Amino acid sequence: MPIKQQSDIKVWKRRSGKRQLGIWFGQFIGVAIFVYCWQLVSENTIWMFVADAPRQAVDMMERMVPPKWSYMSNLWRPIWDTITIATLGTLMAVVFAFPIAFLAARNTTPSSVFVRPVALFIIVASRSINSLLWALMLVTILGPGVFAGVLAIGFRSIGFCAKLLYEAIEEIDEAQVEAVTATGASGAQILNYGIVPQILPAFAGISVFRWDINIRESAILGLVGAGGIGLQLSSSIDTVTWTQVSVILLVILVTVVVSEWVSAKVRHAII
Amino acid sequence: MSASRSWKRPPIIERPLLRWGLTTGGVLFLVLSIGTMEVNWERVAAGVPRAERFIASFFPPDFTSKSADIWAGIIESLWMTVVSTVIGILLSIPVGLGAARNLSPRYVYLFSRGILAVSRTFPEIIVALFAVKLFGFGPFAGIIALSIGSIGFYGKLLAEDIEDMDPVQAEAVKATGASWFQWLNYSVQPQVMPRMIGLAMYRFDINFRESAVLGIVGAGGIGATLITSFDRYEFGSSAAILLIIIGIVMVVEYSSGFIRKWVQ
Repeated sequence: MPIKQQSDIKVWKRRSGKRQLGIWFGQFIGVAIFVYCWQLVSENTIWMFVADAPRQAVDMMERMVPPKWSYMSNLWRPIWDTITIATLGTLMAVVFAFPIAFLAARNTTPSSVFVRPVALFIIVASRSINSLLWALMLVTILGPGVFAGVLAIGFRSIGFCAKLLYEAIEEIDEAQVEAVTATGASGAQILNYGIVPQILPAFAGISVFRWDINIRESAILGLVGAGGIGLQLSSSIDTVTWTQVSVILLVILVTVVVSEWVSAKVRHAII
Repeated sequence: MSASRSWKRPPIIERPLLRWGLTTGGVLFLVLSIGTMEVNWERVAAGVPRAERFIASFFPPDFTSKSADIWAGIIESLWMTVVSTVIGILLSIPVGLGAARNLSPRYVYLFSRGILAVSRTFPEIIVALFAVKLFGFGPFAGIIALSIGSIGFYGKLLAEDIEDMDPVQAEAVKATGASWFQWLNYSVQPQVMPRMIGLAMYRFDINFRESAVLGIVGAGGIGATLITSFDRYEFGSSAAILLIIIGIVMVVEYSSGFIRKWVQ
């Protein structure tokens, strides 16, 4: 414990002098980087617009009320599409993530030199690319529509589900696997009776969690033309019909809150 | 034991009515959703050669022909990420402290939780859509959107971490007669710090990934370069940008693991 002598009194300090100096140095570097970056922001911003923003915001709010409820009749189909995209996308992701997770987990991978790095790369690549970027690519290739959205959500979620799942596989209780092996089970039987039952709760939890996230993500895929309610949002904003925008935002809010509630309930029931 | 008796594994959902109800509901939903999904197979078939070209353009990706644009975009994304992560975290600390049940009075708690709930509900890109309308095109709108997203994410996790902390240490520091700030600094902060640094790195990572798409709505970053290359069918440049994004995300992920180990 670092203690410092100040005239006659011993004073307790949290850290030794050297360590404190190091931390100060680190903080100094951090602040310097931030200041430099802020300067770049400042150069690239028209401050006149920023100063004007509060007035604009008030103006926008005023034009948003009252929400145009009659627009709801045009929204049922996009809401259904949004839920479809999220659910089918999650389903697709789960189907692909399951084998990939087994290939990526240290204790189940067939080859940790060849197969595991490939599986890990698939996971990272899928996770690094935002679902909107996946949608952008798929819309160029497949054309606009719900199908591109489903695939985009699916591709994005494979990495997420597989990562969490392979971490769950690596944490299983080996004793159960050994017990099943001792009965003379084949490889597939070991997987089916020794490993799968142990990760099933985690698997279900991950799927529902991702479904909840996907509802949120599929609400914006329409911005690039991949179906769902985002299409109505961006066209309403483009045509500055703010009363429709407020209806859409409320619908998204309700959908997200409901899906979060469902996901929390299901996860609570499983765990 | 007769031969007909054999072991069966127990079903996941024990109540048969609930089990069959959920299964039927699930199947019904699947049939309906696949049935209503309109897939234009002719358009999909027409996209196949384009998909081939797109995949082929990854081998090798074209880093050179648009390199000036790509680097300007990447750098812009990076400083947007730095600024928005810092601002987001600085703003989320008071909100997070307010949203911890064991720290703040009830009305502050409810107010802070309200802020967190609102900022978490809408995806960054929707916030960016509005920020662009208010602040004009450019990275500033993106920074606002990312900062708001960071507040919701970081504030919530900070609040949860503070609620889970060991109250004994906090009480011990309080018993020495420490002021509120000293108490915060010497009992709460050291307990939550290691995890929060890790989460800050994670949020940095998320913000970078998000900044790659904000360009789609005109809020700056590499996304603008990327969407232009898609629109012009310059798939070689798109492939290069995607690979750079993946590379940077991997670097951040690895270094965050390293920093977390060093902090603990």
